[in-house]
Amino acid sequence: MNVRVGKTATASSFPVAAKRALADEQLRRNVQHATNVIREKRSLRVEEMSDWQQLRDAGSAIKAHTLHYLDHYLVEFERKCERAGGHVHWARDAGEANAIAIQLIRQYGGTEVIKVKTMTSDEIQMNAALQVAGITPYETDLADMIVQMGDDEPSHIVVPALHRNRFEIAEMFRRNMSRPELTAEPGELASAARDYLRERFMRVKIGICGANFAIAETGAVCVVESEGNGRMCITMPETLIALIGIEKVIPTMQDLEVFLQTLPRSATGERMNPYNSLWTGVLPGDGPQAFHVILLDNGRSDLLVEDRERETLACIRCGACLNACPVYRETGGKAYGSIYSGPIGAILSPQLQQLKHSRSLPYASTLCGACYEVCPVKINIPETLIHLRGRITREEQSTLRGKLSPENIAMQAVAKIFLSPRRYEAAQRFARIAQLLFQHQGQVTGLPGIAGGWTRFRDLRPIPKQSFREWWNMRGEKESK
Amino acid sequence: MRISLFITCYNDTLFPETGIAVTRILERLGHSVIFPRNQTCCGQMHYNTGYHREAIPIVRQLVDTFRSADIVCVPSASCVAMMREHYELIAEAGGGPSFLEDVRAIIPRIYEFSELLVDHLGVEDVGASFPHSVTYHPSCHSLRMLGVGDAPIRLLREVRGLTLRDLPQEEQCCGFGGTFAIKNPDVSVAMLTEKQSAVLESGAEIVTALDNSCLMQIYGGLHRAGSSIRTMHLAEILAVDGSSQ
Repeated sequence: MNVRVGKTATASSFPVAAKRALADEQLRRNVQHATNVIREKRSLRVEEMSDWQQLRDAGSAIKAHTLHYLDHYLVEFERKCERAGGHVHWARDAGEANAIAIQLIRQYGGTEVIKVKTMTSDEIQMNAALQVAGITPYETDLADMIVQMGDDEPSHIVVPALHRNRFEIAEMFRRNMSRPELTAEPGELASAARDYLRERFMRVKIGICGANFAIAETGAVCVVESEGNGRMCITMPETLIALIGIEKVIPTMQDLEVFLQTLPRSATGERMNPYNSLWTGVLPGDGPQAFHVILLDNGRSDLLVEDRERETLACIRCGACLNACPVYRETGGKAYGSIYSGPIGAILSPQLQQLKHSRSLPYASTLCGACYEVCPVKINIPETLIHLRGRITREEQSTLRGKLSPENIAMQAVAKIFLSPRRYEAAQRFARIAQLLFQHQGQVTGLPGIAGGWTRFRDLRPIPKQSFREWWNMRGEKESK
Repeated sequence: MRISLFITCYNDTLFPETGIAVTRILERLGHSVIFPRNQTCCGQMHYNTGYHREAIPIVRQLVDTFRSADIVCVPSASCVAMMREHYELIAEAGGGPSFLEDVRAIIPRIYEFSELLVDHLGVEDVGASFPHSVTYHPSCHSLRMLGVGDAPIRLLREVRGLTLRDLPQEEQCCGFGGTFAIKNPDVSVAMLTEKQSAVLESGAEIVTALDNSCLMQIYGGLHRAGSSIRTMHLAEILAVDGSSQ
C-alpha cells in the first residue's frame, strides 16, 4: 500500500524546512505566543485534578485494550451504527475513502459540501480529490477556514492556523469575503466569519465531519469543539458523512468519562469543551436523514503488529505534545512537512507511510521527554522515536549507499573503539593531536563534515591534555611510590 | 563504602576535572573510589541515534566491567537514564538470559552522582565553599527520566558562600540532544539561544548541571557570544573544600 500523509511525498527534509521556518520571525513569534498561552492554561487545568495520573493510566489502558481487540470493536461499531440507521463503508486507503465520499456526494446530488473537524481528510487530501470531481468543499471550523482561504497548510493539530495573527487574518478576510471595511478587531473578525459561514450552513445540503471517538457499544459518534460550527455542520445538512480513522473506536460510552476529562484539558486548557456532540445513526425528523461512516485504514493496521508501534494509535489528537515540544516551539508545524506535526507527527507520519516518507522526522527531537510527560494517554514518544531511528538505520545499512555513508562508517569505527579499552585510549590520544588542526584562539573551530554543524554556531573547548584515566593512573603511580 | 566510578566516555575525554572532583568528594566523605580500567562508553550515542545492533556489545562490555561493583557512581544523568531505561530492552533483544540477569542485577546499584549523595548516602552538606552566584539547569534526563527532584538544589544550598539564582524556564531543553545537535544544528542553536537568554537573565556567574553534555552546549553558545559566564558540573562546585580556605 502506498500511503501518503498529505503532501509528505514532496516535502523538504526537516532540517531544511526547519531552517526556513526559523528565518520567519513573525511565524516564530506567533507560534511561541500561542503555545505559551495554551501551555499555561493546560497546566492550570491539569494541576487542579487530584487524579490526573490515574486518568492518564485509565486512558492509556482503554486505548491499549481497544487496539488489541480492534477487529472486534470495529465490527461491533459497524453493527450498532447500521442498526441505528447509519451506513458503514470500509476504506483501505486514501483513494478508496475519497472515491466513497465522491460517490456518496453524487448519489445525493450535491456539488458542494461543508466540512468540520476532520484532519483525517487532510491526511488523505480529500479537498483536492473533491475539487477534481467538481465538488466544492468549505471548511467551517474557523481555523481550518483560515487555512483554506490562505491556500495554506495546517501548522498545529488543534489550532491549525496558530501561525497566523489577527492582522494577517483580517487581510485574508477582506480579500476573500469582499469586506474591505474589516479591521483586525477580534469581535469584528468573528462576526464576519459568522456571517460568511451561516450562509453556507443554510445552503449546503451535505456535511463531512471527522470524529474524536466512535463508540462500539452504541454505534455513536462523538465530536468535541469550541465554536459550535461543528454542531451546525453535523446537524444542519440533509446528509452527513463521517470520515473516521479505525483507531478512533472505543468500547463503551463509559470510556468517554475518561477522555472527556483529559482531552479538553490537554488540548485547549478547558475543563470541558463548549460543544460536545454525540449522535447515533439517524433520528427521523431531526438532523441529517442520511448518515454514512467511512472507516479509514490508510496504513493504521500496519502499526498493530508491534507493541511499541501500536501505542502510537492511542493518540487522541490533543496537541499537548506540540505545545510542550521545544523543537516544535521553534519551528511551528509546517517544517514537519506533514499535517501531523510535532512529536506525535514525528512518530505517526513515518509509521503510517511504512517509513517511505517523513524519514527525517524521528530525528527531529532531542529526546527531552516533555511530550511524554504531558501525553494524556501516555504514549512514550521518545522511546518510539528511538525505535524508529533503529528501523531507519537498519534499512539504510541494507543498501550500499547507506553502508558507505560517512555517518555509518563513523559509527562503526567508534563502536569498535568503544569495544577495546586499548583502542579507546589510543583514540583519545589521537583526537588530542588531530584537534590541533582545527584550533583557533583557544577554541576548536571549523570541524569538517557533519561535526561542522557544531562549530559553525558554537565554540568548543579543546580536549584537555590529560584524560581522567591518565590522571587516575598518574595518581596511582604517585601513591605507590 | 567501596564506590566504583563510571566516569563516562565524554567526561573521561573532555571533562576530566569532573571525574577528579567526584573522586575528591567521595574520598573526603570517607569512601574508597574504584576505577575499573575496562570501562569505555554506556552505548547511548549509538542507541539513541538508531545503531541498536552496534550498541549491544558496548552495553555487554560495560555490564561485565561493573558486574562485581557494590555501588556505581555516574556523574552524568543521561548515561544513567540510558542504563535504566534501555539496558533491559537491549539485553532482551540481543543477548542470552544471563545477559538479562546481569543487567537486572546491576541496574539497582547504579546511581547518578547527586542521587548517590542525597538519596543513597544521605549527605547534603559535603563541606564545600564556593562564594559565587550559581544557577542550576535541570537537564531533561535528570528531570524527567531519573526524577532526581531537588537533590542537586539541596546540595547547592549547603555550599558556604554560594548564592543560588533561579533560571527562568528552567525545564526547557538546552537543544543538545546528542547527535541532534549536528543533525539539526539550526534548531539546536535556536533552542540554545533561548537557554542562553535565560542564563543571562538569571544574573549568575556560573551555570551548573548534572550533565556535561548540556553544559558543553550552553558553554558553546555563551562563549561564542563573548559571555564570561562559566559552566561547571555540580561535582566541581561541591569539590571546592571549605575547610582548606
